[in-house]
Amino acid sequence: MTELTETPTEVITPRLELIGITRRFPGVLANNNVNLKVMPGEIHALLGENGAGKSTLVRFIYGVQKADSGKVFWQGRECTIPSPRIARQMGIGMVFQHFSLFDAMTVEENIALGVEPELAKDNLADKIQRVSAQYGLLLDPGRYVHTLSVGERQRIEIVRCLLQKPKLLIMDEPTSVLTPQEVEDLFKTLRRLSGEGCSILYISHKLQEIKELCHTATIMRMGEVVDDCIPSEETARSMAEMMMGKNLLSPVRANRHEIGAPQLSVHGLSVKSPHHHGTDLKDINFEVRSGEILGIAGIAGNGQRELMEVLSGEVPVGNADAVVMNKKSVGQFGPKQRRKAGMGYVPEERLGHGAVADMSLWENAFLSAATGKNLLNKGFILIDRSTEFAVSVVNGFRVKTPGVKHAASSLSGGNLQKFIIGRELLQDPNIIVVLQPTWGVDAGSAAAIRQALLDRAADGAAVLVISQDLEELFEVSDRIAVISGGRLSESQPTESLTVDDVGLMMAGLSHRGADPEPAPGTGEVEGPRVN
Amino acid sequence: MLYWSPMLAVVLTILSGMVMFALLDVNPAKAIHTFFVAPVSSLDGIAELFVKATPLVLIAIGLSFGFQANVWNIGAEGQLTIGALASGGLALAFYDVDTPFLLPGMMIAGVLGGMTWAAIPAFLKTRFNTNEILTSLMLTYVALLVLSYLVHGPWKDPEGMNFPESRLFHEAAQLPVILEGTRLHLGGLLALLAVAAGWVVMARHIIGFQIKVIGMAPMAASFAGFKKARIVWLSLMIGGGAAGLAGMIEISGPIGQIIPVISPGYGFTAIIVAFLGRLNPVGCLLAGCLMALTYLGGDNAQIEMNLPNAVTGVFQGMLLFFLLACDVLIRYRLRVVSKKVPEAA
Repeated sequence: MTELTETPTEVITPRLELIGITRRFPGVLANNNVNLKVMPGEIHALLGENGAGKSTLVRFIYGVQKADSGKVFWQGRECTIPSPRIARQMGIGMVFQHFSLFDAMTVEENIALGVEPELAKDNLADKIQRVSAQYGLLLDPGRYVHTLSVGERQRIEIVRCLLQKPKLLIMDEPTSVLTPQEVEDLFKTLRRLSGEGCSILYISHKLQEIKELCHTATIMRMGEVVDDCIPSEETARSMAEMMMGKNLLSPVRANRHEIGAPQLSVHGLSVKSPHHHGTDLKDINFEVRSGEILGIAGIAGNGQRELMEVLSGEVPVGNADAVVMNKKSVGQFGPKQRRKAGMGYVPEERLGHGAVADMSLWENAFLSAATGKNLLNKGFILIDRSTEFAVSVVNGFRVKTPGVKHAASSLSGGNLQKFIIGRELLQDPNIIVVLQPTWGVDAGSAAAIRQALLDRAADGAAVLVISQDLEELFEVSDRIAVISGGRLSESQPTESLTVDDVGLMMAGLSHRGADPEPAPGTGEVEGPRVN
Repeated sequence: MLYWSPMLAVVLTILSGMVMFALLDVNPAKAIHTFFVAPVSSLDGIAELFVKATPLVLIAIGLSFGFQANVWNIGAEGQLTIGALASGGLALAFYDVDTPFLLPGMMIAGVLGGMTWAAIPAFLKTRFNTNEILTSLMLTYVALLVLSYLVHGPWKDPEGMNFPESRLFHEAAQLPVILEGTRLHLGGLLALLAVAAGWVVMARHIIGFQIKVIGMAPMAASFAGFKKARIVWLSLMIGGGAAGLAGMIEISGPIGQIIPVISPGYGFTAIIVAFLGRLNPVGCLLAGCLMALTYLGGDNAQIEMNLPNAVTGVFQGMLLFFLLACDVLIRYRLRVVSKKVPEAA
């Protein structure tokens, strides 16, 4: 931004200018007459709820998607961007929210696959090392991807873009998988890039980060640009309100309610991961009591998925006593039996795990509520009752949808997540286990989901929230534990912890309660493992 | 759009067929007429169409359950054969007994026979994670050899001049004709019943729901607590049972005895029928009739125009080919990637 103010007389050509971009999908106007100007060296935030049209817009800029009308000016010249390949050649790089990396290949091999063949030809490893040293993105070209943390994997994607010397870097939700320390490092890199004149288009929901990092912000709602602002002059709250067009309600905790007897207890749980490059669970112990929310923090890939599978019953445990629900040993129960015993759970993946993309909402409501809500009669589906239940979820959780006959895939991420959470909560479980409840969900929906979890706890349910989002855990949890390398630390009351404490524990630097030595009696977990 | 794909495939098949006939120096219009119109221009012809369509529709409905659950049973031909042998064995064992219970008994035997043969791939898949495509296909050849052994040996007609055929079944072991003067038998009604039952189970029953969820989103199925092994067994039992019943219908309907070739590849053609019918029971009914027409047309073209019988196979193959091509091209677009970079800074 300094160069903007230093040369007031000279007119600076924007790096990228969009005029009147419109894109219509069947039934929705994803982008309506969008104008956007990104200056050289500017870190420009693109803000908006899920479904506001940000993704459509950046996919258009990166050549993945076409627009129905509108003009693009790149460094002052009108042009078209027909494909990502051409976008890269023009100097546009993009780091997607979900990485496209091959686990079984090295860093160098992965980068070679994603860049122009000419660039990959000679001394790619040297080039990688040079770029990663220059921008503080430590990376060893010879390492295999499956041995890397999520933060390191993101560095691969960033280095892959930087090798092509981009003039505009698009980052889609880059910090959602990082520890606070990793976020700091990322910001240093981005600031250096900006100082060198590279423009950055930064998409995020985390308003605090945008305030800290971005020079300007464009706010989108329902496919239109509704506002512009200078984030440093706003508060997170004011930006959230611009984004949603209404006053934001932050979750409220009910007055200290009664914490009761343990509902869900896990004792000495050790399980070998059924997945390739998964993390084995090692001697996990915890208790969730009725009326409280236990938060489990950790960086992705430290055993959260395995823990979730064991708790939901999708992977049964040999020792039935390892998982106890309300004094009943349920280690060998499957998901259906655990639901019957009073558990509701929400997996991380919305489409494909928590819901079937191509099935209607009422069928998805039936999916997990068939027994809990008596939606079956002698094996036949009671369509009316299932529809009724689905409608009650849609109404009770303010799911935006034209109707329950529409497919789950037609909902935006936040709305589908509200639907899934609502479907589980309306079955009145007394134990609730959720993994990443607000991952990739817009601020409004996230607040509603957190509030719903707090309300259930206040009503006496035992709630377990496994999440990478520390802000979220501090907002809802009574106690927080950290999972790292398949081991779970002792839980601590939330009031006694700071974000930095937890961040350090997540990174595995401090072994507060997480014993680095293998626990006795868990010999089976010591397989030959690379990491 | 996906429902237009079969229509488009049929049109393309007929057009290519005409080109093929033209290249063979046969009048295309006349050939197409002989192939697709002449066979069903009489009541007898229409009855024949349903006789041929019956096993195809039955098997296709059974298979479409498995295909929706991503269980690829392609051994229906073998399951049909074993079903025919089980029911035929019963008919021969009670050769002298005239009882109305024989036919129902044979139906049950046919279904159980087909299920038994499908149980082998089911067991191997759920126990050892064996690929059911290979096991079910290979078992087809085993079944055909069992058939061959029985008609050339123990079950050969003692008064049959040493021809490899069983005795002709007694009246009580033959399906009654339901349309006087034609060969259309009770099996046709059974196939219609299967269409209705298949539709109800698929659209309204928990079994159909579980099968669909497993096929579309295996993780969501495990989230809901549906057991994969159970669905593998169930879909193979449904497919095997339907194929076994089709085998029983063939030998106690149009054939009336056990002969070395019971089916002209119904078990394999039914795979095309299932996909052409979009794995939907009603679709299978329409597709089954169309496929039956290619059999009749092939016979007719052989008699009337001296065309080789292979024409039938060519038409069936083209139909599947165009169907798959239409499905892919409707969902995906071909793009030529250019290396040119636009004029930009």
